[in-house]
Amino acid sequence: MLVYTLKRLGLALLVTLAVSMLSFALLYLSGDPAAAIAGETASASDIEAVRHYYGFDRPWVVQYGEWMFNAIRGDFGESYYFKLPVSQLVSERLSVTMILGVCGISFALLTAVPLGVAAAVRPNSFIDRIALFISVMGQAMPSFWFGLVLIVIFSIKFRILPPSGSDGWQNFVMPTVVLGYYAMPAIMRLTRAGMLDVLGADYVRTARAKGAGEFRVMFKHALRNAIIPVVSLAAVQMGFMLGGSIVVESIFALHGAGYLAWESIGRNDLPTVQALILIFSLFYIVFTFLSDLLNAWLDPRMRVG
Amino acid sequence: MKQILKGAGVFALVLAASGAAQADKASDTLNIAFTKELENVDSFYNSAREGVILQRSIWDGLIYRDPYSGEYTGNLATDWTWVDDVTLDLNLREGVTFHNGEPFDADDVVATVNWVADEKNGVKTQRNVNWMKSAEKLEQFKVRIHLKDPFPAAIEYLAGPVSIYPNEYYAKVGPTGMGLNPVGTGPYKVVSVEPGKHFVLEKYENYHKDSPKGQPKIGHLDIRTIPDFNTQAAELFSGGLDWIWQVPPDQAESLGAMGSFTVANESTMRIGYLTFDGAGRTGAGNPLTKKLVRQAISHAIDRKTIVAALLKGNSRVVNSFCFPSQFGCEQDVTTYDYDPQKAKELLAEAGYPDGLEIDFYAYRNREYAEAMLGYLEAVGIKTNFKLLQYSALRELTMKEGVPMSFQTWGSYSINDASASVSQYFKFGSLDTTQDQQIKDWLDVADSSVDPEKRKEYYSKALKRIADEAFWLPLFSYNANYVFTQDLDYAPTTDAIPRFFQMSWK
Repeated sequence: MLVYTLKRLGLALLVTLAVSMLSFALLYLSGDPAAAIAGETASASDIEAVRHYYGFDRPWVVQYGEWMFNAIRGDFGESYYFKLPVSQLVSERLSVTMILGVCGISFALLTAVPLGVAAAVRPNSFIDRIALFISVMGQAMPSFWFGLVLIVIFSIKFRILPPSGSDGWQNFVMPTVVLGYYAMPAIMRLTRAGMLDVLGADYVRTARAKGAGEFRVMFKHALRNAIIPVVSLAAVQMGFMLGGSIVVESIFALHGAGYLAWESIGRNDLPTVQALILIFSLFYIVFTFLSDLLNAWLDPRMRVG
Repeated sequence: MKQILKGAGVFALVLAASGAAQADKASDTLNIAFTKELENVDSFYNSAREGVILQRSIWDGLIYRDPYSGEYTGNLATDWTWVDDVTLDLNLREGVTFHNGEPFDADDVVATVNWVADEKNGVKTQRNVNWMKSAEKLEQFKVRIHLKDPFPAAIEYLAGPVSIYPNEYYAKVGPTGMGLNPVGTGPYKVVSVEPGKHFVLEKYENYHKDSPKGQPKIGHLDIRTIPDFNTQAAELFSGGLDWIWQVPPDQAESLGAMGSFTVANESTMRIGYLTFDGAGRTGAGNPLTKKLVRQAISHAIDRKTIVAALLKGNSRVVNSFCFPSQFGCEQDVTTYDYDPQKAKELLAEAGYPDGLEIDFYAYRNREYAEAMLGYLEAVGIKTNFKLLQYSALRELTMKEGVPMSFQTWGSYSINDASASVSQYFKFGSLDTTQDQQIKDWLDVADSSVDPEKRKEYYSKALKRIADEAFWLPLFSYNANYVFTQDLDYAPTTDAIPRFFQMSWK
């Protein structure tokens, strides 16, 4: 297990390095940052002054080295747009996104896994059909539409939940449901398929034959095996929620990291975009790493491979 | 994505479920929505409309321009005199204090002017301040501002973007500190700032009594950034917001039909226009270097119909490259009526009887651009349409030039033609015409202190631009304001909502 962990860790670090170089390089291809910062009214000489002031006229290797060295110490420089330290800005916005992401994935898992199990236990039954219906709806409905439908019902009609902002827990109810519902179908279908697979396996029959209770068979023997791909999927979904909840954050005016990233790209706010890309990829890398470990713990065969 | 989010169907759903609005008149708080995240409240370090709006409420300028009459009166200065073309003396108002208790005097003006005029300090919109060289204190309540060159629009700028900052506080906190805890002499003082997200202001009780802005009437302003229009509408219906603006025309019409809100429309100073590569930067054989082709395009586009069908409201067709209320904006220029037949004839005369093909660029309002390319197609001009991000299009224009593009310009709400026509026809990197004659005339107009002479030379330049069809001015933009019926407010053409002029009915 130690060798396996170290191997995975080494791989994760390499990916991080590659991502950091890519994110740095890609942004220089997206246009002249000096022109973007100088704004609508700047003359050519203003732009040159800005270029020199921000050091864009230095070799990019020097710029990358300096950026990486500072980033490791948690200093991502100053946002061109907000004129605030990027680390302060990102940590502020990230807390909203983290709450949303954790709530969203919890909501998705807590609804999808039981539904998936129930659907697998009684395939083609009424409950299976209901589960299918829910998952198709979740997949087909665009988040912005679903979000606005919820706003119409709960904020305008019944006035029990606020439509926007991030002041209290009430603000997170609708975004959690919208974000979680989007991730739910895939998790549920995967749980159902996995469960159907293992329920027909020999060891399940053996477990039943030796007299294990149905609950024990389901959760100790079957689900533990069926859940392995779900763990990997949930890790990816979680990464997606943290970086990709732009639409939900925009609809509910949550001002999280996803929305910040989206807006910063449009504003050519390089330091912020670079920091966010690095952080989002770190999330993916960390979650993938953790899910690998979790899977290895669930399935000892993986530790060898 | 935003286009999808603003889908009218979604809005209709919100509309269908709406009940009566509950304004926050009872708590004396006006709840306001901004659409865009404001970068920095420090007015010298942002270039956003939201920043201008906050600036007018938090700070004062030395001079004030009445948005209705257009007259200049003293604000932090009581009166001013030109010593010569480049020296302006101002007597300052006594008894004014900043929100933090710091008394206002000449030191504040001197410190502010010297800070912003220094290019090294990186004020975002250099043009707002780079005409000033320095300021000196003559007496405790008298200052002298030195200009780099004669700049007759100085008074307009002093009445607009040049806010006066408290010298001691600003020296201590700088632009970042000012952005987080702004301090001014204006009618509203800032209670809290969450950068880009949330701004809370309250009435400044000690606001100086003789201010031409008048006294603030509403107690509290709560401004939140809500990017999605549908969410803003939902907040408006559920009573979470009292005032929104920049509402899309169709939605404004529906909201007006409901009868629960006041819907107001006013023109803004932003104008839309087509640029032509008259200087031939994209190739010497470029058809747009030919006057007849430019005139043909000008006759081919039905601007009136575009205004009536798409922009709506108080938008107008514009024929001169400036906003009509700007000083020096000559209106008596050659106009190009919609006449597709004439356009075809002109094209044939120019040597393109079978039409031609042009690359056409734009960065916003895709629907307006598409309407235009439809009209062009009808007279035989085939366009390759390219929609770019603003910064990308700007860079392309500067570096390589583009044959034809749809652009807009808001003049920073400055009521002087130097802020519009002189921006683009004086050989800058965005001057696609490079006409020496126009540049010479504009130089005279921009630097002369005689108003009549200025008018004469702006007129010459604008007439030549229209005669030669160097660029085609299209229309002025407009803004829709939707607010609670408890609020007394009339928008102004400069698209700067002044919260201190709003009151409860």
